[in-house]
Amino acid sequence: MNSLKAVWGALFESLRDLLPIILVIGFFQLAVLQQPIPNFGEIAVGIALVVVGLTLFVQGLNMGLFPIGEAMAHAFASKGNVFWLLCFAFALGFGTTIAEPALIAVAEEAALVAASGGMIANTAESLESYADGLRYTVALSVGIAIVIGVFRIIMGWPIQYLIVVGYIGVVVMTVFAPAEIIGIAYDSGGVTTSTITVPLVTALGVGLANSIKGRNPMVDGFGLIAFASLTPMIFVMGYGMLV
Amino acid sequence: MMHILHDLVYAIISTIWDLLPIAMVIFGFQLFILRKPIPNLKRILAGFLLVLLGLGFFLEGLQAALFPLGKLMAYQLTDPSFIAGEPTARVLQWSDYYWVYLFAFAIGFSTTIAEPSLLAVAIKANQVSAGAIGTWGLRIAVAIGVAVGIALGVYRIISGTPLYWYIITGYVFVLVQTLFAPRMIIALAYDSGGVTTSTVTVPLVAALGLGLAGTVPGRNPLLDGFGLIAFASLFPIISVLGYAQLSAWNSRRGRNSPNQ
Repeated sequence: MNSLKAVWGALFESLRDLLPIILVIGFFQLAVLQQPIPNFGEIAVGIALVVVGLTLFVQGLNMGLFPIGEAMAHAFASKGNVFWLLCFAFALGFGTTIAEPALIAVAEEAALVAASGGMIANTAESLESYADGLRYTVALSVGIAIVIGVFRIIMGWPIQYLIVVGYIGVVVMTVFAPAEIIGIAYDSGGVTTSTITVPLVTALGVGLANSIKGRNPMVDGFGLIAFASLTPMIFVMGYGMLV
Repeated sequence: MMHILHDLVYAIISTIWDLLPIAMVIFGFQLFILRKPIPNLKRILAGFLLVLLGLGFFLEGLQAALFPLGKLMAYQLTDPSFIAGEPTARVLQWSDYYWVYLFAFAIGFSTTIAEPSLLAVAIKANQVSAGAIGTWGLRIAVAIGVAVGIALGVYRIISGTPLYWYIITGYVFVLVQTLFAPRMIIALAYDSGGVTTSTVTVPLVAALGLGLAGTVPGRNPLLDGFGLIAFASLFPIISVLGYAQLSAWNSRRGRNSPNQ
């Protein structure tokens, strides 16, 4: 009985999270554009799927992604092998980014931009190789970002020093990068971190900060995502300059 | 109804492809490097399965219900004949686009509230801070940042000003705020920039940017359509730092007042 109540409670919370979008789209459709809602039944089914999906996801976070992230952080910290920890950090960053659908979409758009700007030939072949190169560049930069971020947690450096360096890097690259690539480069920072990566990486950071003596999980544990959204901007502008 | 079921299976299969490299990295390192059994393996595998099903349902639901309507809406709202009100030949000013700004703000706010990765970070921050950082407080602060960011990003596309002016000004703002913000919040605030834009926000916001860049005279969709995501990842840093600053000031004032 209690567990049934918990399920309803969780579903209700997900519905509440979704309510703002439903209200915004409903308001603009009915009041601003003054059009009826098309396919009402299909939309209702879709909303039900979203609510159930969000509920299952949150449950899975607490059962699977958070515990495994923290368990691995503890295991690496107690093993005391920094080299393998950094390898793991790189593999996690690279591996989760290379297959990211949002990144694949952005890379294809970027190839079109490059072709229209005359940077590459407008053939299917060169478009594809440009998009693939960009995807590997971004994945590499996210891998490096997680390595830097994990190293910072181990050393206990204040995050703002590294972020300042990153911001300066972005500004300097903006001066030299071709104008066509800047918009894509800035956007690529935001699209790299997927819904599965974020909880894992966050749990890894917090777990590390918890298991290393003298680190505060709040001050030192967060910040891995911040690096993962900063380095792609620098690397993509670099890619735009080289190719 | 049949095609929703068909698409649902497809969405789950494509989520498996997303999850596969991550699972390989985790279990590979666990088996070959750490060489330790995973505690509560069954529970963790069940958790992965729930994440897989949950994301599959979530994405397919968005695809079936909200994305088509939201994208169509973005294109309709940015259509010059809608903005001008009647078919006139007058030149549109940036201020004629008020419905677009309002839509940008509202869609930025509401999609961020539903963003699963932000929810994950908010849950973790709440656990780590032992309840001091409320999940709703953080999410609303981030959502306001995204809303303002996207509205401003839309203004940039309409006015045709260079992207990097805004981003560099934003960076300077973040750095100044960092000097004054409570130390506890800084890393979390920087993180909140990266988590805001994923599954829910990106498709809708991209449609808005491409729609605008395609209809505003003198804009090239390929060049000017980008940049909204950058706004959406910068402004939450500012709003979260600002929110922490305000609550720190409030609690200090509360302590110092003689009535307390």
